[in-house]
Amino acid sequence: MSEFLAAFFTVFNVMLFQNTLRTATPIVLAGLGGLFTDHAGIMNIGMDGMMLIGAFTAVMGTYYFQSAFMGIVLAIVVGVLLGLFFGLFVIKFKSDEFIIGVALNIFAGGITIFLLRTLTGVKGAFPLPKSLGLPTVSIPLLDKIPIINELFNNNSILVYICWLLVIICYLVVYKTPYGFRLRAAGEHPQALRSIGVSPDFIKYSASVICGILCCLAGAHLSLGYLTQFSENMSASRGFIAFACIIFGRSNPIKVFLAALLFGFFDALGLRLQNIIPANLTLIIPYAATIFVLVIAALQSKRKSKLSELKLNKV
Amino acid sequence: MSNDIAVNMKNITVRFVETLANDDISLSIKKGEIFAIVGENGAGKTTLMNVLAGQIQPTLGSVEILGSTVTTFSPTAAIKAGIGMVHQHFMLIDSFTVAQNIVLGHEPKKPAKFGIFFDNKAAVRFTEDLIREYGLEVPPNARVRDLGVGLQQRVEILKALALGSKVLILDEPTAVLTPSETDELFKIIRKLKEKGHTIIIITHKLYEVMEISDRVAVLRAGKLAGIEETKNLSESKLASMMVGHELSFESIPRDETVKTPVLDIKNLTVSNARGLIAINDLNLTINSGEIVGIAGVEGNGQSELAQAITGLRPALKGSIYLNGIEITKQSPEKIRKLGLAHIPEDRIKTGLSKQASIWENLLVGKQRRREFAWLKLHLRRDKISKYSKEVYNQFDVRGAGIHIPVGSLSGGNMQKIVVGREFSFENTRAYVISQPTRGLDIAAMQFIHKQIINKRNEGAAILLISADLDEIFMLSDRICTLFEGKITAEFDPKTASKEKVGLAMLTHSKEEVCENS
Ligand SMILES: Nc1ncnc2c1ncn2[C@@H]1O[C@H](COP(=O)(O)OP(=O)(O)OP(=O)(O)O)[C@@H](O)[C@H]1O
Ligand SMILES: [Mg+2]
Repeated sequence: MSEFLAAFFTVFNVMLFQNTLRTATPIVLAGLGGLFTDHAGIMNIGMDGMMLIGAFTAVMGTYYFQSAFMGIVLAIVVGVLLGLFFGLFVIKFKSDEFIIGVALNIFAGGITIFLLRTLTGVKGAFPLPKSLGLPTVSIPLLDKIPIINELFNNNSILVYICWLLVIICYLVVYKTPYGFRLRAAGEHPQALRSIGVSPDFIKYSASVICGILCCLAGAHLSLGYLTQFSENMSASRGFIAFACIIFGRSNPIKVFLAALLFGFFDALGLRLQNIIPANLTLIIPYAATIFVLVIAALQSKRKSKLSELKLNKV
Repeated sequence: MSNDIAVNMKNITVRFVETLANDDISLSIKKGEIFAIVGENGAGKTTLMNVLAGQIQPTLGSVEILGSTVTTFSPTAAIKAGIGMVHQHFMLIDSFTVAQNIVLGHEPKKPAKFGIFFDNKAAVRFTEDLIREYGLEVPPNARVRDLGVGLQQRVEILKALALGSKVLILDEPTAVLTPSETDELFKIIRKLKEKGHTIIIITHKLYEVMEISDRVAVLRAGKLAGIEETKNLSESKLASMMVGHELSFESIPRDETVKTPVLDIKNLTVSNARGLIAINDLNLTINSGEIVGIAGVEGNGQSELAQAITGLRPALKGSIYLNGIEITKQSPEKIRKLGLAHIPEDRIKTGLSKQASIWENLLVGKQRRREFAWLKLHLRRDKISKYSKEVYNQFDVRGAGIHIPVGSLSGGNMQKIVVGREFSFENTRAYVISQPTRGLDIAAMQFIHKQIINKRNEGAAILLISADLDEIFMLSDRICTLFEGKITAEFDPKTASKEKVGLAMLTHSKEEVCENS
């Protein structure tokens, strides 16, 4: 029994929740980006590729300029370009967004491997010295409080930016004129055009915001903790972010909560590695994605049943 | 240029790839005038107005609005110049409130200094002021999707007025309205005229032209066929100007056939999209060779009734039989196989696929037939082409052939495609027909009416739902009024008066109608 308890506590401890926050961050960032394109009426499944390219450029920028800050700046610049590129095909040329998304993902996998090998001569993973990672932020008084300190203090700066962005995105989408136009562009673009607002401009802006946030998500993946780029390191997190957008109905707060849930499963998988074979634990976040989406689908079905029942009583 | 001219269009020519939609049209409209534009389906009315509203760049020609020449054709420029347009298909964001729709594009911001956030209170105040100024009642905080078409149209008008438009274009505004809603609209139009606005109105109903307009322009096949003062015209004169020859209004003979029940609805209860009861314990039997007309103010369950019968919406209670076979829980496909055809009320959302070509739209529902698909797998283009062309010609669709997307047809011609497809199913025993002639010109309307009566004479059972009371009276063998999801009264069109039916559309039971009359 005590053995079991010991095992239990090696899994379920503060570290687990700390890991949750860390692993959730890239999903939150990508999810925040993707909800903009989603509101604008673009189905964007290319987030995974955008993340991967973001992770790569962040590491390369950091390596060449010997500064994580420059790595992030480069990732943002590339994010803008990716957003414009995606927008060009989807909005201007009206190509199928699904196909462009798939193409982007395949392209990202290929180009990062190709560039990694030609630029650095390294295969597989390209580590940077730990000192080049993202700076962590320590909040003065917080270190006096035990658990809170471990959870909320000394995280990488992107984690805090990410939390701030959740609130900012919520305000932008639901409380600003831009947000109104964004949602209008997704629902009835012709209506916007008829009053002299270009829906295409709004869609481009959403696409660019998505590119930036996905690349930031990638930057956190490669610089936030491990300080290295490894091939295909996004590991389909972009798709999990997509699931979070669906699950959270494109509401930034709900997308954030959904991402935390997936981050939790991800972290759980990591911590269970000591107990269960790693091959198996790696499935956990993906299995959880499917499971939660099924629950979400059933839930909405039950809701409509419920309203039927209520009606019968009327 | 004298300054009492609101709009001056010179030599306007619009060429789409294969059609000349507007052909050298020149006309000028005076300030404060109610100007009507009439013409057959596809004559180019909407196109001409789209040029004015900056939605389309004309191939040739120039436009002057309120004294200044238009140099760039864009919606923004048109709005600046003072043009507002209420489109044939509404341009509203369904999930937004009325106030939010009205301020879209010029949103009030808060806090006053920085102006970052959308100020919903200011938007509501702005809307309320606008409502007061023009006397157009709408609830500012209601969501647009919860409003009926009549109110949605008012929102569209307010939206245009909010942008400061002096010239208001209304494209077939009455097509979706009931007679009393039309009266309301006309009151609004007259009030706007008094305030000095110029109104351009497109309509297919000639008595409306006679009632509301000061002058009329007639378009025919893209050309201007004439401009007249309304007081010098009569309805029949106008009609012959439109089609280029005299129109005959002969009545269509009706055969009396043996009547057996075909479509049987028992205790039907259906909820609407928001989960509220829309059809409440309704009973109705339609016999072969009979047309039953459903009269009612829009939003009393007409849509849900049609959807429930055709399998597009589940019934909460009750059952529906077609020739004795229960179809209540069947799929739309199965129901169609059993012999039911459906003309849906919304041609754009349910009736057609706008991007798909005309032949594809005409094929839908027949694509698995042996004659059109080899082994049900490979489409036989030659056969499909032949069939599509037949329907296309029979229904006199005016467009550039069967290979263009349906979306590039004019509104009325799109409707002809839907009707043509539904009427070309053989062995159909029952029809559910909603708003069959919405947006059709008189000739096309006559043609469709003839088709409907022919189907009746052949022994089909027909449920006809229409907002047009004249149409209901002309076609039905029996009229039922629908109010709050129940059939409240039944009339014989030969003996009943329109007033009585109109009254029954607004009251709970037959007794009340009788008491009031
Ligand atoms: N975007 C487009 N592309 C190609 N052809 C078009 C397009 N829009 C309209 N047309 C064609 O131009 C012609 C005129 O169309 P328009 O919509 O102006 O007719 P309308 O007079 O408004 O008819 P209705 O009474 O049926 O609404 C039609 O033949 C139509 O097929
Ligand atoms: Mg039209």
